[in-house]
Amino acid sequence: MKTRLLKFVPLFLLTLLLAGCGTTSTKTTSNAGNNAGTETGSSAQSSAAREGGSWNGSPLDDPDSPLHEKVIHFDYDSSEIRPQYLPILRAHADYLINTPSARVLIEGHCDERGSREYNIALGERRANAVKRFLEAEGVSPLQIDTVSYGEERPVDPGHNELAWAKNRRAVLVYQ
Amino acid sequence: MKSLLRLLMLILFLASPLASAGLVIQITQGSEGALPIAVVPFRWEGKPAPPPPQKIGAIVAADLHRSGYFKPLRESQMLSFPATTTEVDFRDWRALKQENLVIGRVLANGPGGYKVEFKLFDVYKGEQLLGYSFDTTAADLRGVAHHIADLIFETLTGRRGAFATRIAYVVSSGTVKKPRVSLRISDSDGQNSQVILSSKEPIMSPAWSPDGRKLAYVSFENGRPGIWVQEVFSGKREKVASFKGINGAPAWSPDGRFLAMTLSKDGDPDIYVMDLARRKLRRLVHHWAIDTEPSWSPDGRYIVFTSDRGGSPQIYRVPVTGGRTERLTFQNSYNARASYSPDGKMLTFITRVGRNYRIAVMDLARRDVTVLTDGSLDESPSFAPNGSMIIYATNYRGRGVLAAVSTDGRVKQRLALQHGDVRDPVWSPYYK
Repeated sequence: MKTRLLKFVPLFLLTLLLAGCGTTSTKTTSNAGNNAGTETGSSAQSSAAREGGSWNGSPLDDPDSPLHEKVIHFDYDSSEIRPQYLPILRAHADYLINTPSARVLIEGHCDERGSREYNIALGERRANAVKRFLEAEGVSPLQIDTVSYGEERPVDPGHNELAWAKNRRAVLVYQ
Repeated sequence: MKSLLRLLMLILFLASPLASAGLVIQITQGSEGALPIAVVPFRWEGKPAPPPPQKIGAIVAADLHRSGYFKPLRESQMLSFPATTTEVDFRDWRALKQENLVIGRVLANGPGGYKVEFKLFDVYKGEQLLGYSFDTTAADLRGVAHHIADLIFETLTGRRGAFATRIAYVVSSGTVKKPRVSLRISDSDGQNSQVILSSKEPIMSPAWSPDGRKLAYVSFENGRPGIWVQEVFSGKREKVASFKGINGAPAWSPDGRFLAMTLSKDGDPDIYVMDLARRKLRRLVHHWAIDTEPSWSPDGRYIVFTSDRGGSPQIYRVPVTGGRTERLTFQNSYNARASYSPDGKMLTFITRVGRNYRIAVMDLARRDVTVLTDGSLDESPSFAPNGSMIIYATNYRGRGVLAAVSTDGRVKQRLALQHGDVRDPVWSPYYK
């Protein structure tokens, strides 16, 4: 898994590089010719060159990569990582190992049921479950931070099982 | 014509400052043996000065009604409108089967000042039970009205009233993407609401200091939870805890010198006690499980808390000096967020009944549990300082609202805000 992903990383970057070159050029063009007419009598006229380089991209944003998935969901009152999310978390672990400068904040969240402060503790347990998994895969603890929002930050404000299932989650936020 | 009149009245109601000031109270379940009482509208005798901005008699009647102990007579059924003792004809009130009568008047008292007089009578004996006169200002007229209700309540029930107290609560508005959160305080009837903190990040768990002059709370304003203590009447505040991990669930000791809290800086969430003057921390509860939501007994000897050390969240009790931890709840698979009644004889907490989360009380001597509410998402119960009512957060038609229930479960009321979700209510202590 790890080596296969590594093979693709340069390709992602190249693709993004090419895409970036073709589409972004707005940032510096307005500076061109800014001295026109200000110095009468001089035959020389300076003008600004286009700086370029204004693209950004990351394999984290490739919609076909498991890294694109940054949310995992939990069962009621549980912080156990469901098997279906293991490939996603392994991809993130690989990315973090291969990108030592990357930092990730893991947010833990709960559904609205029960007491708010207990949910803060439960959300922390979920964030820690993800943190421990990444560390066990070899990620440096220095790259990982956690915070629990309990039930304070729902993605779905509904009051039903569908909304609750969406809100019981851990989110990987790259800094 | 009739519908036009109704529309006009609705517009007047919506436009009135009362309707927009804060929470609107609906009594959802009344009490059967409520005492009939007539509160005559207080007469304005300060002409030509403009009339007072508050209807004192109406506020007193609403307070007494809300308590569940009283059933005020409708103004439209009154036969006379006395404002002084000489104008009272007890036969009018006996004919209406009223046991007690309240009259009063408001007089001008210098620039911007008012004098409020009131008297309470026993209708059948035909004698005066109480008589007071207050000097006040426009801003404190509601406060005077709540104080009058307290005096009447105590005289007729033998229990201290809690109308001249406050509640603190959190309001969430805005959208999922752009949340706005505010910490507010209001009078105990939900009126006179004031924002004391607003933020784009979560605010949680307000807790009144024992003198009612400070609030401790959790704010995520820097993206991380921190515990703050804010002086309610100056707005001055300071951060007392911002450790790594959870900084949550602040709870004052009865003498106001210590703050119990939940911290996870040493691993799992545990209960700590902070000496506020010296900022020194002591770990009181140390366990690998979740330990949170501390609350002090009124005598200062115990702390109750929520722990899932037994496999599900339950209520435990530990002596503040340390020592043996005792599990208090065994009924139901989810019990959390306990706090003591002011006399220390009861606990109120959240319990799960089937798929529903409801408010329960436990008699600590008998250890029996009574479920008081019938909602599905009831949380954050808090006793009134006289122990007669419990305020809590619930869900009504998809919105977070506040509700209150009498400790015996007989009377229920809902306090609904016009906009946003209301939650985390906590009733203030008495102000001396």
